[in-house]
Amino acid sequence: MTVTTDRDDRAGAFRRARRRDARRAFALAVPLLAFLLITFIAPIVMLLMRGVQNPELSRAMPVLSASIGAWDGTGLPDETIAAAFAADLPGAQESGSLGPLARRLNFYLPEFRSLLMKTARRLPPAADDWRAALAAIDERWATPEPWRVLQRAAINPTPDYLLAAMDAKVGPEGGVTAAPADESVYVDAFGRTFWISAVVTFLCLVFGYPVAWLLANLPPKQADRLMILVIVPFWTSLLVRTTAWYVLLQPGGVINSLLIWTGLTTEPLPLVFNRTGVLIGMTHILLPFMILAIYSVMKGISPTYMRAALSLGAHPVVAFLRIYLPQTLPGVGAGCFLVFVLALGYYITPALLGGAGDEMISQLIAIQTNQQLNWGLAGALSAYLVLFTLVFYFIFNKLVGVDRLRFG
Amino acid sequence: MKFDKGIAGAALVAGLCIAGAARAETISVVTFGGAYEAAAKQAYFDPFTKETGTGFSLEAYDGGLAKLSAMVEAKNTTWDLIDLESNDAIAGCDEGLLQKLDLATLGDTSDFIPGSITPCAVATMVWSTVFAYDKTKLATAPTSMADFFDLKAFPGKRGLRKSPKATLEWALIADGVAAADVYKVLGTPAGVDRAFKKLDSIKKDIVWWEAGSQAPQLLADGAVVMVQAYNGRISNAVKEQGKPFVTVWDGQVYDFEWWGVPTGAKSGDAAKKFIAFQAKPEVLSQLSKYIAYAPPRSKAVELIDAETLKGMPTAPANFGNAVQIDVPFWTDNFDALNKRFTAWLAQ
Repeated sequence: MTVTTDRDDRAGAFRRARRRDARRAFALAVPLLAFLLITFIAPIVMLLMRGVQNPELSRAMPVLSASIGAWDGTGLPDETIAAAFAADLPGAQESGSLGPLARRLNFYLPEFRSLLMKTARRLPPAADDWRAALAAIDERWATPEPWRVLQRAAINPTPDYLLAAMDAKVGPEGGVTAAPADESVYVDAFGRTFWISAVVTFLCLVFGYPVAWLLANLPPKQADRLMILVIVPFWTSLLVRTTAWYVLLQPGGVINSLLIWTGLTTEPLPLVFNRTGVLIGMTHILLPFMILAIYSVMKGISPTYMRAALSLGAHPVVAFLRIYLPQTLPGVGAGCFLVFVLALGYYITPALLGGAGDEMISQLIAIQTNQQLNWGLAGALSAYLVLFTLVFYFIFNKLVGVDRLRFG
Repeated sequence: MKFDKGIAGAALVAGLCIAGAARAETISVVTFGGAYEAAAKQAYFDPFTKETGTGFSLEAYDGGLAKLSAMVEAKNTTWDLIDLESNDAIAGCDEGLLQKLDLATLGDTSDFIPGSITPCAVATMVWSTVFAYDKTKLATAPTSMADFFDLKAFPGKRGLRKSPKATLEWALIADGVAAADVYKVLGTPAGVDRAFKKLDSIKKDIVWWEAGSQAPQLLADGAVVMVQAYNGRISNAVKEQGKPFVTVWDGQVYDFEWWGVPTGAKSGDAAKKFIAFQAKPEVLSQLSKYIAYAPPRSKAVELIDAETLKGMPTAPANFGNAVQIDVPFWTDNFDALNKRFTAWLAQ
């Protein structure tokens, strides 16, 4: 009896000690977790939330946004809704919430900003028939379109930004319709972003694999020297490297001058402000990630396997394909995943080296954030980018297995 | 050890004093940077510092209300004075991002160009979007907007700002629309189609730029034979770096540049004093000495010598076929036209 209790006591003490250690370890990590939460996760979640928030109308026009949902969307809304609009408008102007609302509504319908501002300026203090009074200010109020926009703007949370980010919108009848071809921007831009990232990943693999092999198999002294050539660009600022490529590739730049001087070409080749420039720049900038990921795996492969294969009579090509290559796959997988995901979010390099048809999705997000102030659409586009990145992560996990990844 | 502590303490006290003094009397100003910032410093900021003792800390941005909007939303405005384009000056006022100014401090404003004073912002100069070429690289000189779009007579790349603004106006002018009718035509779907069709004809030879300083650089690098640019950037490249650039004024799209005070500015009062200071004719007229932008009031224009006036957007010889940017049109339609423009770019 005493023996068991003793053993139980000891086991309990051990568990308690384990728990205490775990708590202590967690306590040590708390500052970092809190830091990540505050500076990284919370802002991202808040940005993504903007993709569905639609607070402008309810903030500026509380009475209207509560009543306009009752309208069936055909003909004109009834007098109470028009009166609610007229009652809300002066208050919105006074509180300064009319400007943000005008900006928001202008994303739905061009020229809504000026319509709203003009209406606010000319609104009579009282009217018997508000629908007629509004139509007298601007005849567009006698059509259902601006009222439909107000009705859409009253829905919070809204799917509209997420739809707009996929070049779609809710039509007047309520169904989702695709935007006309000359206004469709984002689906193509996502497609282009994936395609450029895939090509860059492929190029990095083709160029990086032999270099990684060389690094792993040269005598240490030479390998160290070669490693510097990989590492120094890796440490150099992204902007500096991109600008350097612009200097090299431009029509009067080093490469074209050399080609013309040697007589290989008479006209300068178009190497920059097009897809060629983007691919060259991005491949060069992302190459070290691929090389280092593959190298770290190759370094751990014992040369005895290849020797054994060769001594058993395998052709060198067969030995490489069947013995060496499979062992490097975790590194190849890690490199491809790293390069592809980094490439998805690229911004500066395509902006400086690309032309009109090479805009990647981050550039369009930046335009919405900085120029258009359409943070809702920027949030929706970012949400898709995060979503697609996660999808690639899961596909990749299925194919290669994240637990097999080795980054060094 | 004691000695070291003493020095450290003294240094700390001195540092705090400097920091305290600087905080009390510094206007944090944000402009479009580059040549304009340098000119504004010499013409406006330094004389104001001399008169009042108030210093300036300079920052550059590429326009747009995004950053200001974020600052105001976070209730931490770090700018006191902001250099604005017209559409931002108007939208910023509508959206409560800019403070209302006491216009009485400007004194007699009857000689300002109509429309150059608004409740939240005061215009400080007239600038223009023009095109320029390198005279050592073109055998015949282009003289009109039609020449900019004429690839047969003038082969080679064209530099344009990656924005539908000014570019669509130019396409219509090159297609034969009179400057006065540009916005009437652009306000119709057929007019927009017409502008894009004209742009199609040179699309494959366009190099797009985004920051104002890229334009003269592209021309200098030989990456383009003609480039759309802000007129001051070209005249400065000629004046200060001796570049062989020539400005073509036909079809210039001109606009005002404004000063405003952001909501929540910490040294907002000093910034307002500065706005009243720089609006004086004798101060306004100084800017044109350093960059080819024209003052928005006639009393200041009178103080500028004839030679300098020739390089101004508003000089009679340059002003023949000029378009004033239609700010209400662009605030209403920028989003829709930019979407079309972005889709067109990618086609």
